Amino acid sequence: MLEKNAIVSLKNLHFSYENEVVLNGIDLDIYDKEFITLLGPSGCGKTTTLRTIAGFIDPDEGDVLFDNERINGLAPHKRSVNTVFQKYALFPHLNVYDNIAFGLKIKKLPKKEIDEKVKKMLAVVDLKGYEHRRIANLSGGQQQRVAIARALVCDPKVVLLDEPLGALDLKLRKDMQIELKQIQQKTQKTFVYVTHDQEEALTMSDRVAVMNNGVIAQIGTPADIYNEPANAFVADFIGEANIFNGIMLEDCKVSILGKEIECVDTGFGNNKPIDVVIRPEDVEVVPESEAQFVGVVQDAIFKGVHYEMSVMVGNCQWLIHSTVCQEVGKKIGMKVAPFNIHIMNKLFPTPNNEFDVEVYYSDKDENTTTILLEGREVTIPDTYYEEGTKLHISLPPDGLHITGENSGELDEVYIESVIWKGEHNEIILESDERKWLMQSDQDEQVSTYVPICFDFSKATITVDEVAKDEE
Amino acid sequence: MKSKKTSYPYLLWMLIFTIIPIGMVLYYAFTDETGSFTLNNFVNASDYSEVFLYSLLIALISTVICLVLAYPLAYRISRCSEKNQRLIIMLLMVPMWMNFLLRIYSWVLILQNYGPLDMILSAVGIDATLIGNSGAVIVGMVYEFLPFMILPLHTVMSKIDSSLIEAAQDLGGNSLYVLRKVIFPLSVPGIISGITMVFVPTASTFLVAQYLGGTQFMIGDVIERVFQSDHNTGSAIALVLMVVILGFLVFMNKFGDEEAVSV
Repeated sequence: MLEKNAIVSLKNLHFSYENEVVLNGIDLDIYDKEFITLLGPSGCGKTTTLRTIAGFIDPDEGDVLFDNERINGLAPHKRSVNTVFQKYALFPHLNVYDNIAFGLKIKKLPKKEIDEKVKKMLAVVDLKGYEHRRIANLSGGQQQRVAIARALVCDPKVVLLDEPLGALDLKLRKDMQIELKQIQQKTQKTFVYVTHDQEEALTMSDRVAVMNNGVIAQIGTPADIYNEPANAFVADFIGEANIFNGIMLEDCKVSILGKEIECVDTGFGNNKPIDVVIRPEDVEVVPESEAQFVGVVQDAIFKGVHYEMSVMVGNCQWLIHSTVCQEVGKKIGMKVAPFNIHIMNKLFPTPNNEFDVEVYYSDKDENTTTILLEGREVTIPDTYYEEGTKLHISLPPDGLHITGENSGELDEVYIESVIWKGEHNEIILESDERKWLMQSDQDEQVSTYVPICFDFSKATITVDEVAKDEE
Repeated sequence: MKSKKTSYPYLLWMLIFTIIPIGMVLYYAFTDETGSFTLNNFVNASDYSEVFLYSLLIALISTVICLVLAYPLAYRISRCSEKNQRLIIMLLMVPMWMNFLLRIYSWVLILQNYGPLDMILSAVGIDATLIGNSGAVIVGMVYEFLPFMILPLHTVMSKIDSSLIEAAQDLGGNSLYVLRKVIFPLSVPGIISGITMVFVPTASTFLVAQYLGGTQFMIGDVIERVFQSDHNTGSAIALVLMVVILGFLVFMNKFGDEEAVSV
C-alpha cells in the first residue's frame, strides 16, 4: 500500500488572473509515490494548480508545501519537480539525446553518468536508437516519450504532467495511458496528472481530484468517485448518469418523478429538494408489474459490450445500459435497487432565485417598477410599487433565459455548470454579485459568458414587511 | 504555367532596376573614359583603402553596439502581451517617420560645441569635443539603424514558445543558462538578419559622417564625391564595396546555418 505521507501539500490556494478568480481555495495533499489526477472541465483551474506546484505561478493567498517546507516564491529551477508540458515543449534545436540530457548537464554530472542515465531512460520510454534524431522528425507519440524521459531522468520526487496525451489520437492515447501507469509504477515516483478526460483519470489514477470553478469538488479513488459522487456536477462529469430532481421525504425514502422510492441514504432531513443520481447500468429492465417506472424506448445504440437505450418516462429521458436490446417503441418497466440510488445535496441552495432589491424608480401610468440590479436598471412590467419600497423577489429557474448579444438585462454572465436533468438542462450562472439557477432546453457551453434576460411574470414579488415596519 | 506569368512584371522590374544598373557599374569599373578595357580604376580606388577600412570598422562597431542594445530590449518586448508589443514596436518606429537628414541634423544640434550636451558635461567638469569624431559618427549610426536590429530580433523572439523557456527553468536552468542554451540558439536567425540589416547600410551610408564626423569621411561619402567627377573610379570603389558586402552576407548565412545545426 501507499505510504501516506504528503510530499506536496496545497493549503487554501487562491489565485486570480485579470480579475478572474482561477483558484478559490484549493486544499490538497499529494502523497508520496501516488498517481493523482486533477480532473475537470477547461477553465476549472487544474493547470493553474499544477503550475503553482511547478513554481510558474505564485498563489495570491495560501501555501505550497514540499516535504513540509513552504516553497512559495521559490523559483522553478530550484524545485525538485519536473513537468511534462502540454505540447511537450521539446527544444527544437537539440536532438533527442541532448533534450533528455538537458537537466543532467545543468546538474554538471560527469559525462559518463549522463550517458548512462540517458541510455537507461531511452530504454524505459522505448526509444532506444533514437538518440541522434531531430525533434521535428519524431511522431507525436515519440515526442511525448522524449518529454517524459526528459522529466524523469532528472530524478525528481514529483513529476507534473499537464494533459500530456491531449494531442495524440485515440489508439495511441490508450496505449500511452497504460505505459504511463507502468512507468510510474516502475520508477516509484509521484505523478500529478492533469486532464479533462474522465476515462483517462479513472484508468490511470490512484486518486482523482475532480475540480470545478477553482475548487476541488471531490477527491477519492476512481471507484469512490464513480460510485459515490459528491454532487451532481461530479456525477455528470464522471461517466454517464441520470440526474433527476427529487425530494427526500424522510430517511431512506425519496420521491422521484412523483414516485416514492426506497433508498439507503439518511440525514438529509424531511421534504428536502435533492439531486438523485442513477447510473445507466444500475437500471434493471423488469416486467411492468414489478416496475418502479414505466417508459417507452426511444432509441437503442449498440456500444460493443452493451446497448445504450434512451427511455422516455413521461417527459423525462432516462439513459439505460443493458446487454439485452429492447425494441424501439416498446413499453418497458424499470427498477433501481435502493443502494444504487444516490442522493446528493443540490448545487444551488434554493429551488428558486431569491433576492432582495429596492425600487429605484416607478411609473404609475405605465404600471412599471424599475429596480437596480448590479448597476443595471431592470424594469419589471405590470407591477407598481412606490419608489424606495424594499422587495423580495423569488424567481423560478424558468424565469430567466439566455439572450442575444446586447439585449441582455445582465451581460457577461458566467456559465458555471450545465447539468441535464432528464427533461431540461439545469444551468448555474454567476454574475458579478450572485449566482443564478436557470432552466433551459438548450445546451450551453460551460466556462463561457452570456447575456441573460428575466421574465418577471413568473416571479413572486413580496414587499419586505420587516423593512417597511422599520421606516 | 499560370503561376509563372504573374512573376513577369517583377522580373522586368529586376532587370531594369537591378541587373542593368549592376551591369553598368561593372562596365564603368573596367573601362576608361574612351570605353576601352582597363584595371586602372581599381589602382585609383586603392587610394581610398584607408577610408574603406575605416568605414568597415565604424560599421562593425555600430553593429555590435546595436546588437548589445537591441537584444535584451527585443527579448523583453517579446515577453509582453501582444497588445503592448504592438504599441512598443510602433513607438520604436516613430522616429523613422521623420526625415533621415533631420534626425542626423538634430544630433548635430545636440552634440555641437556649446550645444546642450556639451554644456551639461562642462558644468560637471568634463571638457570634450563631442562632434567631428568617430564617436559622433557611431552615435549617429546606432541611432539611425537600431530599429533595424530590434525588429528582426523581436520577430524571431516573439515566436519562441514561452513553454520552452519554462521547460528549461523547470529542468533546473537559471536565467543565464536559459538565455545561453535556449533563447540564444533559437534567436540566431534574428541575430543574423539584424546584423545584416545594420552592417550593410552602415558600411555604405553617406551624409552621417559628413555631418557628424568632421573631416573623417566614410566610403559612401567618397563614392558620392568621386562619382561626380569620375564615373569609372567611382564605379570601381562601389564594385569593391559590393563584393565585400556580398562576401559578408555569404559568410553570415553560412555561419547561421552552422549555428542552427551544431548547438
